[in-house]
Amino acid sequence: MSDSGAAEAEGDAGRRAATEARERVRFEEEALELADQVYRVARRMVGTREEAEELVQDTYARAFRSWKSFTPGTNMRAWLLRILTNLNTDRGRKIQRTPDQQPLEESDYFLANKLAAVEGEQALEQERVVERLSQGGVVDALAALPHDFRDVVVLVDLGDFSYADAAQILDVPIGTVMSRLHRGRRILKKTLAEESIT
Amino acid sequence: MTQDADCEKCEELLQAYLDRDLTAEEVLVAEGHLEDCDYCRRRYRFEAHLRRFIRISASERMPAGLMAKLAQLRGPTVDGL
Repeated sequence: MSDSGAAEAEGDAGRRAATEARERVRFEEEALELADQVYRVARRMVGTREEAEELVQDTYARAFRSWKSFTPGTNMRAWLLRILTNLNTDRGRKIQRTPDQQPLEESDYFLANKLAAVEGEQALEQERVVERLSQGGVVDALAALPHDFRDVVVLVDLGDFSYADAAQILDVPIGTVMSRLHRGRRILKKTLAEESIT
Repeated sequence: MTQDADCEKCEELLQAYLDRDLTAEEVLVAEGHLEDCDYCRRRYRFEAHLRRFIRISASERMPAGLMAKLAQLRGPTVDGL
């Protein structure tokens, strides 16, 4: 190769490297803009603030390392949450007992009925009845959910993900997302009814 | 009509309606039922409010120092960016 040919090849490589670096920086900035939303989901998937911070940092460390496997134009927030839930599972949550499959005797409207019973059926018309519940009670009830159910409830209710996105993030069929969501919310409402109404 | 037992069957539809995860056609079915059924309409309002309450109660902002820690994980800086 002549000197000028070598210089040209070097110039091409340099330009490619610069283009790639710009793409990476753009990816990193977009990912960082989602950090607060990622943290909000992470926070309710683990027990403590410290664990959530650590999990989010591990997620971003892995995301920044493997940024090239992200397909531009697809849902980056779902992509980040997929990494996060995988890491969280790796952290040994699998040792937690699998959710029991006993049928819940109470209907889905157990909490609604119980809250309504306090002030009579008419109270159900008023949104106020929910405010009998404490915010701390909701956090505790979420934390007490078996993790398979909690992850789905957190992704859909806090993360505002569609069933399809939640299915992809958790690598389960969409029907599983719907049934876990349904069941998870039932357990949540049952816990809230037991803890918050005395 | 306010038959509790019948309306238990509507739970699944209402759940997806609340989560905005129905097709346009299913939305019409759900809204048609809510229109007709006082029982489900009240439950729907309750559920919608409960979801909002859960979201508000359980949503916690990212701690102040975390963004800086995440930024440190980025790759090398590029001149001119």
